[in-house]
Amino acid sequence: MHRFANPAQFNRLADAILPWAKAAFVLLLGAGMYFAFFDSPPDYQQGESVRVMYIHVPAAWMSMFTYMVMAAASFTALVWRHPLALLAGRAAAPIGAVFTALALITGMLWGKPMWGTYWVWDGRLTSVLVLLFLYLGYMALWQAIDEEEKAGRAASILALVGVVNIPIIKFSVDWWSTLHQPASVMRLDGPTIDGSMLTPLLLMAGAYQAYFAVVFLWRMKLEINRRKLAIARQVAMHAPVGAE
Amino acid sequence: MAEFFDMGGYAGFVWTAYGISAAALIWLAVSSRGQLKQTSEAVEAARARRRGEG
Repeated sequence: MHRFANPAQFNRLADAILPWAKAAFVLLLGAGMYFAFFDSPPDYQQGESVRVMYIHVPAAWMSMFTYMVMAAASFTALVWRHPLALLAGRAAAPIGAVFTALALITGMLWGKPMWGTYWVWDGRLTSVLVLLFLYLGYMALWQAIDEEEKAGRAASILALVGVVNIPIIKFSVDWWSTLHQPASVMRLDGPTIDGSMLTPLLLMAGAYQAYFAVVFLWRMKLEINRRKLAIARQVAMHAPVGAE
Repeated sequence: MAEFFDMGGYAGFVWTAYGISAAALIWLAVSSRGQLKQTSEAVEAARARRRGEG
């Protein structure tokens, strides 16, 4: 029964955090959208198309943040065999895949009017596409291998190997000169983006972070339920006939 | 108002980007919530069954 002790505690913790995360999401999204559309100027070069930035950059940041959550969970699962860690990786993967797909799609829709093309095989775009495949590969491994323990180990190892891609994404714009602009917020010498655009950007980034918290906690609880159901099924299967 | 929706001629790109983002994030949240509810009910049902047996 010790298996259930941790998840029960986790569920209580999740239920305590969820209302705050939901409230933070609503407030940050409302404020972020207001600034994004009504209280920030058009860019002097990019005009109104710059408003795509307020959803593109948060999605891109979250695609990497979620990957680090998934990788940390996978590491914990492999090394300490914490029963919740595998579930955390499983819970994070689809959220990360959606953020990554959105970073790519919004980037294409911003690239077309600004660069004249939807896609270019440069370091940044290619490494983010690889990130999407890492998420999809992680989920596919879980699907493909029937034995839960083997599937968890294989998927976790893939997640850990894929971590090398994160610094490649981050520094790709410095290593290879490309159409994609270099960092203008996450810089050692401070942001070079104007405050009027930094405000909506950070508010929207906060909203995306709160969204992650809400959906991640829902999916953790969902994975715990699945685990309980799988155990219940196993118990039922091994119960002697006529015990019912 | 029309000027706002025109987005300086970039309406097609800006609104499509926001539309797809909203649709994907809503879909993920709704399906996650739905699966959570469904499995919670199944767990409750299994628990009730076990209590009935015991």
